[in-house]
Amino acid sequence: MTRFGVIRFPGSCDEIDALEACERVGEAELLWHGDADLKGVDAVVVPGGFSYGDYLRCGAIARFAPVMERVIAFAADGGPVLGICNGFQVLCEAGMLPGALLPNEGLKFLCRQVELLVDDVDCAWTSACEPGERLSIPVKHTTGRYYAPADQLERLEAEGLVVLRYAPGHNPNGSLRDIAGVRSEAGNVMGLMPHPEHAVDPLTGSTDGLKLFESVARLAAPA
Amino acid sequence: MLARVLIRPKSGVVDPQGKAVERALPSLGFEGVEEVRIGRMVELHTDDPDALPDLCEKLLANPLIEDYEIELVGEGAVLNDGGEIGA
Repeated sequence: MTRFGVIRFPGSCDEIDALEACERVGEAELLWHGDADLKGVDAVVVPGGFSYGDYLRCGAIARFAPVMERVIAFAADGGPVLGICNGFQVLCEAGMLPGALLPNEGLKFLCRQVELLVDDVDCAWTSACEPGERLSIPVKHTTGRYYAPADQLERLEAEGLVVLRYAPGHNPNGSLRDIAGVRSEAGNVMGLMPHPEHAVDPLTGSTDGLKLFESVARLAAPA
Repeated sequence: MLARVLIRPKSGVVDPQGKAVERALPSLGFEGVEEVRIGRMVELHTDDPDALPDLCEKLLANPLIEDYEIELVGEGAVLNDGGEIGA
């Protein structure tokens, strides 16, 4: 059974939902930002929130947390790593994913359900999805406008590193090319602004978010 | 050594804060103000000014989206009015 580790930074706020989402498909435990130890987990989730108070830039301080050194090494060895919202910002700041997240075009905090299209299934975290599949997952952020310089964007598109896009009419924040999630070249590291961990129970309207966690659980332990 | 680091969004990176301020100005009677860009300033004392560019690249600025300028204010200079916050 896949063991997921969910990192808790000072200021994280979605780590418990992430933990519970992981527990639906495997085992999960919290990892502490100050520990340079991943406790032998099979996959790492960097959750949403406001790590280190979002001081300086979102994710800029968290990338230097002791645990991140181990996450970077884990990812370099092919370990699956998922960054959600603030976690996505952390992975971009750490240089583990291309691009950056900028304040929303409208400068407002947004909290709404959005429709996403799966663009790429060669990623560890979308391997259980169908290409073009539509997912309904909420966003809640102020700094979620995906940006990369034009040459990097072209490279992302050419290499198929855009994993998720907002469906037409659903781009909430002005993200370039409607990009909602990207992956590393090797496909084991992914970041996204929407919150799959908040879409795992019928109570909240959609269970589409579960697919991301299932993808890694299936990879690690093929049926 | 007192240094100031000015950080601003790179040209080509849309700055919605700057745009919002720009749009607010005419309603206050300030006409003809254009291309408002909002960044931030970091003041610091350092014993090793040569390390500042590296420090900026690695932490103070994100070179993908921001430009920075380092201004060395000088030895013996003081931050702002020299007072502690709240003093």
